[in-house]
Amino acid sequence: MAASEHTVLQFTPSSASLSARVHPLVIFNICDCYVRRPDQAERVIGTLLGSVSSDGTVEIRNSYAVPHNESSDQVALDIEYHHNMLASHQKVNPKEVIVGWYSTGLGVTGGSALIHEFYSREVPNPVHLTVDTGFRNGQGTIKAYVSFILSLGDRHLAAQFQEIPLDLFDIVKTRTIDKLPNDLEGMEASMERLLALIDDVYKYVDNVVDGHVDPDNSIGRFLSETVSTLPKLSPSALDKLVNNSLQDNLLLLYLSSITRTQLSLAEKLNTAAQIL
Amino acid sequence: MAVPAVRSFLQVAATEEVASPLRVVQIEGLAILKIIKHCKEFSPALVTGQLLGLDVGTVLEVTNCFPFPIREEDEENEAEGANYQLEMMKCLREVNVDNNTVGWYQSTLLGSFQTVELIETFMNYQENIRRCVCIIYDPSRSSQGVLALKALKLSDSFMDLYRNHNFTGEKLREKNLSWVDIFEEIPIKVSNSALVSAFMTELEADTPVTQCDYDRLQLSTNPFMERNMEFLIECMDDLSMEQQKFQFYYRSLSRQQAQQQAWLQKRRAENAARKTAGEEPLPEEDPSNPIFKPVPEPSRLDSFLITNQVSNYCNQINGVAGQNFSRLYLMKALHEN
Repeated sequence: MAASEHTVLQFTPSSASLSARVHPLVIFNICDCYVRRPDQAERVIGTLLGSVSSDGTVEIRNSYAVPHNESSDQVALDIEYHHNMLASHQKVNPKEVIVGWYSTGLGVTGGSALIHEFYSREVPNPVHLTVDTGFRNGQGTIKAYVSFILSLGDRHLAAQFQEIPLDLFDIVKTRTIDKLPNDLEGMEASMERLLALIDDVYKYVDNVVDGHVDPDNSIGRFLSETVSTLPKLSPSALDKLVNNSLQDNLLLLYLSSITRTQLSLAEKLNTAAQIL
Repeated sequence: MAVPAVRSFLQVAATEEVASPLRVVQIEGLAILKIIKHCKEFSPALVTGQLLGLDVGTVLEVTNCFPFPIREEDEENEAEGANYQLEMMKCLREVNVDNNTVGWYQSTLLGSFQTVELIETFMNYQENIRRCVCIIYDPSRSSQGVLALKALKLSDSFMDLYRNHNFTGEKLREKNLSWVDIFEEIPIKVSNSALVSAFMTELEADTPVTQCDYDRLQLSTNPFMERNMEFLIECMDDLSMEQQKFQFYYRSLSRQQAQQQAWLQKRRAENAARKTAGEEPLPEEDPSNPIFKPVPEPSRLDSFLITNQVSNYCNQINGVAGQNFSRLYLMKALHEN
């Protein structure tokens, strides 16, 4: 009895659950490259740099665009440029290695499979990031894919792109602002926001007490936890603490003012001294 | 109806272009993020990088930047560094990034960046580029919740003086230059392309809870203040050393003058004696005499730089102390509830 050929579609998912975290700098970079792309190109392709942590999370920290030529059935990537840029980047930060590649536009096209193959020769299991700069769904979608090999027996059938969860690092909000806020203005803004938050919480609690809104146990527990983290100090102890810190700060202010006076004095002495 | 005078092309070409003064530095969010990332990764080591962009009228636009690798003090690495720069500029040119160098950025530790090297780098850059700017980023201050980014430029009068290596008290008084005039700080404006703004509004967390800059409300600024004070004290020591140098110079100068006067008196007396004896009078000056050798005046550049640093520290301390006051009162108010 011959061993029957198993025509079982083998689907080998990766053992570790892969997820990716993206640094917002990468998004900025991709958008910038997209805006600067040559006129005839429809999309931008580039390399992603970063590191892979031990639990399988891929951290994407940096990226650079790679010039490419795309026609209906062919994709040509400037490999030399890619290697040059990689060498330059590694001179600055040798810990950043290739972790995948990105392209703008929604969805994964046929040409992408070829490019993905090229990148999988450089790195095992590269991550493919798509950033929809066309806002086709009405919003900018950023997705990450990893490819799995679908094989039938021995034959390599297709590469399936499967989406993996994507996480964005702490977003640094740098929208158009006219002037970077200096110390006190920023302080004021933070305190105003805190005040607004506290007001919201008050309103919520009032609503619950009055019965307008259904109480949510988890929120209630969270609130009580937060309130209980305030250290329990007797008023006199708190006063002493606050006063001590106030005095320290006043002392520092005094010292720095004295230093400044000293500076202006020294300057007068130095440059105003007349010889003869 | 008066016809406006039409200038011939020759006339227009002949009028020299007056460089409009630099008023604002406009940085793209991308460049800022890159600078922050590079400086933070290598903190506390100090790193530098190159700024690329465009020079448009009164605005200097910085659109991109790339970091420099950390170089050891090797002779051969100089060529390597230049190669790296050329390579990066070439590659960036291929993806249509502005290829103009407009300056450089560097990270600093608590604001101790006013050094002679900074000035020299400025002079080097100034030879090739008409307008260049240096961006200073302080990662330790940014952990206090402030974006500590500054754009600096050497003032023109200072540059003239430096080129002639003239730092005597006379020259400085002439130009009315004091230590405040060395560096000029230029306001920074942040701008972003429309696409990036769209993405940012997209990716912003919807709940306002995470939007609050909680870093600014941190109470524990003590370590930061301590380090600031330490640096301040060190700088004051340096400053007092410089003062002593000046005092020594003045003392030796006045001593020399007294000696000169005494010698002159002797000579005059001698000459009077010779005249009565009918001999040739000796010259009243004798350049070979060592007491006539001019005492070199110490350069004031160092003291200026140190003064700048000290004032910087003072400003920082003031700022943080002011913030501390508000925070302490806030905490007190919270506890009263």
